Amino acid sequence: MKNWLSPRSTAGIALITIALVALPFVVGMGGQAWVRILNFAILYVFLALGLNIVVGFAGLLDLGYIAFYAVGAYTWALLASPHFGLHFPIWAILPIGALMACVFGVLLGSPTLKLRGDYLAIVTLGFGEIVRIFLNNLNSPVNITNGPQGITLIDPVTIGSFKFAGTSQIFGFAVSGPQKYYFLLVALAILVIIINLRLQHSRIGRAWQAIREDEIAAKAVGINTRNIKLLAFAMGASFGGIAGGIFSAMQGFVSPESFSLIESIMVLAMVVLGGMGHIPGVILGAVLLTFLPEVLRYAVVPVQMSLFGKVLVDPESLRMLVFGLALVLVMRFKPAGLWPAPERSREQTQKACVAVTQTTAEAVK
Amino acid sequence: MDIFLQQIINGLVQGSIYALVALGYTMVYGIMGLINFAHGEVVMIGTLVSITVTSTLAAAGVPLGLAGLGGLIAAMLVCMALGWSLERIAYRPLRGSPRLTPLITAIGMSIVLQNLAMIIWGRNYLTFPPLLPKVNFEFAGAHFTLVQVAIVLLSAAMMGGLVFLVYRTKLGMAMRATAQNPAVASLLGVNTNRVIAAAFVVGSALAAVAGVMVGSYYEIAHYQMGFMLGLKAFTAAVLGGIGNLAGAMAGGVLLGIIEALGAGYIGDFTGGFLGSHYQDIFAFVVLIIVLMFKPSGLFGEKTGDRA
Repeated sequence: MKNWLSPRSTAGIALITIALVALPFVVGMGGQAWVRILNFAILYVFLALGLNIVVGFAGLLDLGYIAFYAVGAYTWALLASPHFGLHFPIWAILPIGALMACVFGVLLGSPTLKLRGDYLAIVTLGFGEIVRIFLNNLNSPVNITNGPQGITLIDPVTIGSFKFAGTSQIFGFAVSGPQKYYFLLVALAILVIIINLRLQHSRIGRAWQAIREDEIAAKAVGINTRNIKLLAFAMGASFGGIAGGIFSAMQGFVSPESFSLIESIMVLAMVVLGGMGHIPGVILGAVLLTFLPEVLRYAVVPVQMSLFGKVLVDPESLRMLVFGLALVLVMRFKPAGLWPAPERSREQTQKACVAVTQTTAEAVK
Repeated sequence: MDIFLQQIINGLVQGSIYALVALGYTMVYGIMGLINFAHGEVVMIGTLVSITVTSTLAAAGVPLGLAGLGGLIAAMLVCMALGWSLERIAYRPLRGSPRLTPLITAIGMSIVLQNLAMIIWGRNYLTFPPLLPKVNFEFAGAHFTLVQVAIVLLSAAMMGGLVFLVYRTKLGMAMRATAQNPAVASLLGVNTNRVIAAAFVVGSALAAVAGVMVGSYYEIAHYQMGFMLGLKAFTAAVLGGIGNLAGAMAGGVLLGIIEALGAGYIGDFTGGFLGSHYQDIFAFVVLIIVLMFKPSGLFGEKTGDRA
């Protein structure tokens, strides 16, 4: 910890702080839409870090992660909107949302403890779809989720008398709603990142990594693999739940459409593309993959105009096409992710000899 | 009772389509241990190509049956080329990289194919030209059409052909050898690269046939149709035990029948509380229950401890 306070580190922290404070105002000059995208990038950082616990640390492939985001979002929506006439304060809803997501995490985790690899992947995928289908259809005979229309007029975040929605004057500056949410999100994100960093090298974090590398060996050295795996699901889920709650308050609206399978896949892509199990990499992946489609949205039309003189191809599909190609190319040239953990990249180089020894061992068997 | 029989028939038809697509997943998985997430999009491309070719040929005055055959062949050729290129671009360069890396390239390719299809064929639903005359049969109070009969027969024939290919030909033997141990297979003179490419090509040909079937069954096609179909077929493959041909076929048919019965009876089971729009849940609920008791699927071999 002492190194942290060296002059260089202090200067670094100061610079990062200034950059983080200035960012929403700089981005805001390009329009509030960009600040919203920035906020979404931070939300995706939450999600990617949560999924990273399950996939990156514990090595359990989860393709239904967005279900926990949905649980968090709907918990907030139901407890703070005119739909049921409930208006709980944030201090009550956020923990309830995290707890609900946690319960769902254990609910998903417990029947799947025996499953391995791709079997686990498909079951989690199915679980995610089941949650979405229920959200879509639980409007009759008892209207709980309001079906495909979703829930509107959700309360924004208020802390004390401070409202996060709408523009207000702070120290003589006009600060817009998205900019205020940005600071809330950054504060939460820093908390989440610290929790993750501390977790990674804790006893639990090392147990997760042991399970990831070899479950039987982990069991043999006395790790309670069942509880530790459930804990990974529960912790990952609760991060998703918190992100979902903030999402729903920020948007003021939730519908099942936001929680489709492709969202789970996107979060997974962020984790893998950034560098699985490596916290800075995961953050990078989340930020990049949030901004890339948005930047492309603005780029495809002018680029086509300058190349062909007219818009030849539907911009929406072209931008997704480029996005898909980018995913393929990054993985093609950086198979371990853009910013992998140091030990991971070492493994990459050792892979060849390991593969040879493994196949020989199998052949001997 | 006639509802029961009717749902069994509908499920059988849907199930044979699932089974054909599931075979593509399971072949690739059996040989390389990889989920080819883009396989559903190959089915979609097959449907759309066959629509274009069939309607062009029909407009040029070719009789509809022949035009349909042309469409089927064109779809198979395009999909085989597509399967081969998928393997070359997205999977072969990544062999030996971390396990999740090819999953992300597969997802990337799936996004690319969907949007490419949208650019080529547009956002709208396309209608599939009716290839077979609309003849209705009746059996013990249940109705079925010529198209349904053709789907079940054709897919049974395709599966028979595949089983022959895998268990009675030299290529099939090479495939099974590569599935067991690629390194040893290549030591014994099997060109594993070619075998893996062949698995993709054969799987994609089956996908093209399935695509034409889906098109002529529902008479409608769309650039997003591959996603859910691929998902269900993959579920079917896992249900049967992924990597196992018989398992994929059984899983596909079983899933189709379970879904159809579930959709037909869920209202009665739950006293009207849950309606037939919960149909999609059945596939997944059944899958979870089966895997709880048989963690490697109905017919799957016990998987190793390293995932």
